[in-house]
Amino acid sequence: MSRELINLIVQATGESLFMVTVAALVATVLGLPLGIFLATSRKGELFAAPPANGILGVIVNAARSTPFIILVVAIIPFTRLIAGTSIGSGAAIVPLTIAATPFIARLVEAAIREVDAGLIETASSFGASPLQIVFKVLIPEALPGLVLALTLAVVSLLGYSAMVGAVGGGGLGDLGIRYGYQRFMPEMMLAVVVVLIALVQTVQTAGDYLARRVNRRLRNR
Amino acid sequence: MNVHQSLTTVQTFAPLPSISLPSGASDAMIRFEGVSKVYPAYRDKPSVHALQAIDFAIPRGSITGVIGRSGAGKSSLVRLINGLEKPSSGRVVVDGREISALAGRELRLTQRSIGMIFQHFNLLSSRTAADNIALPLEIAGWSRADIAVRVEELLALVGIADKHDRYPSELSGGQKQRIGIARALATRPNVLLSDEATSALDPQTTRAILDLLANINRELGVTIVLITHEMSVVRQLAKEVAVIDGGHVVERGHVADIFTHPRHPVTQAFLSEAIGDSVPVSLTSRISPQPVAGGKAVLRVQVRGTEAGDTVVARLSRELSHDVALLSARIDEIGGQHVGSVILGIPGGEAAAGQALVYLSQHEIPVERLGYVA
Repeated sequence: MSRELINLIVQATGESLFMVTVAALVATVLGLPLGIFLATSRKGELFAAPPANGILGVIVNAARSTPFIILVVAIIPFTRLIAGTSIGSGAAIVPLTIAATPFIARLVEAAIREVDAGLIETASSFGASPLQIVFKVLIPEALPGLVLALTLAVVSLLGYSAMVGAVGGGGLGDLGIRYGYQRFMPEMMLAVVVVLIALVQTVQTAGDYLARRVNRRLRNR
Repeated sequence: MNVHQSLTTVQTFAPLPSISLPSGASDAMIRFEGVSKVYPAYRDKPSVHALQAIDFAIPRGSITGVIGRSGAGKSSLVRLINGLEKPSSGRVVVDGREISALAGRELRLTQRSIGMIFQHFNLLSSRTAADNIALPLEIAGWSRADIAVRVEELLALVGIADKHDRYPSELSGGQKQRIGIARALATRPNVLLSDEATSALDPQTTRAILDLLANINRELGVTIVLITHEMSVVRQLAKEVAVIDGGHVVERGHVADIFTHPRHPVTQAFLSEAIGDSVPVSLTSRISPQPVAGGKAVLRVQVRGTEAGDTVVARLSRELSHDVALLSARIDEIGGQHVGSVILGIPGGEAAAGQALVYLSQHEIPVERLGYVA
């Protein structure tokens, strides 16, 4: 494989990592509170607000059921508003974030709901405020689940990022399609797939390790 | 502290003020005034009257047992005391403050003076023993330095100073409950609520934990409320008891009085459970309902209190001029009183049996005829 092609792969890997990292960070900042709210706002819960819970639930479901490639195209005006442009890696972060946020919110909700309700009641009985319960009980107790949830989200984002070539987002998936498929260069396709596999493996292994590290429920660490 | 000492302590305790205090009494730590709790109907479930017309007081510094079957309303009662739930009507007053009328920040401040321990310990798996104990102090806004000092004191108090950096998953049930107790006492509450705190522990550990609670009550003067379905817990630790059934307090008073003279069927059931005074199977199979020629009438005599029971066999033998046979006996000590039953075989036919029944009822000793044996 020529030096030029290798440079292309390195560049595309950089673009993918950039898009995925920024989108994952922003989506976590948005999705974490959203997920915590979804997990604590049903009837009788910590921040009980059933109507808000219902409405947010519908929005989250709608966002999650829209195919990503359609989402990318559909929100082009919004992307232009936020990023100033609708093409390139920077612009691609917008749809990636919008797709990942509800996904992370649902994963966070599931992880938070795993926390024993008895612990919430215990903290309440000590006079803890709802916010104290979130920060001192729910998040620390759900941490292993949260780490795994974010790992899963990052892996999914790597998959989504292959589709942003449609708006000139670049990245590994785009490279694979343009060179490997359209120019019929199987070695390029193979190289892209190998890099993606390596990335996913690295992310998953790191996530699993971290989740184990923060899990005190296991006796033999 | 071993069992013997704990029993001695029970006996030498000065009599506590009666639990049936008038509502205005100043030495009540917790007071229920006409409290009822109704859970409204929800979807296909009808409304539930968890508690009705609860009117009683828990004396300051006492250890009071609240005993009842599951679903009797115990959990609702305890959740009303620490303000996790509001009564549908009536007032709950804890240490002079009407907790049932508080909300928000005021309620949270009051809750810090009420500690609670739980059946399943409810420790945070993500925190070490020391950090679990620190949790209520962090919530109350203590400084880091003050927390460190207080946590050491508490670890020593509950006897697990060496478990400072252990996570709950590395500890036994008894050790976890000790952390639970230390955590509940962290903010120096004057009330400690125990919600089935020993139900998940083995008998030996239960005993150790109950001894610890007795020490805490004695040394710190903390009022302890024991919510339980186990008679043995009430028997070992409580001086006062309230029996709760179907959302009502059906009996209450000193443990010794209530269990030497149980009136309500639920109390009686708890008592026979505790002292195991059912008729042994080996005996039941031999008992026939018809008199047996040359056999004995079988009487079960209830032993309630010291004088009556201890001498019943000797006294009956003298009265009847026959040797009364002791077929089975089970006598236990509850609150310093002897409680149990003896099953006697009365020889000498119907006349002697009748005479024995008359004698016992004259002396107000409860008795029932079970049948006859050869």
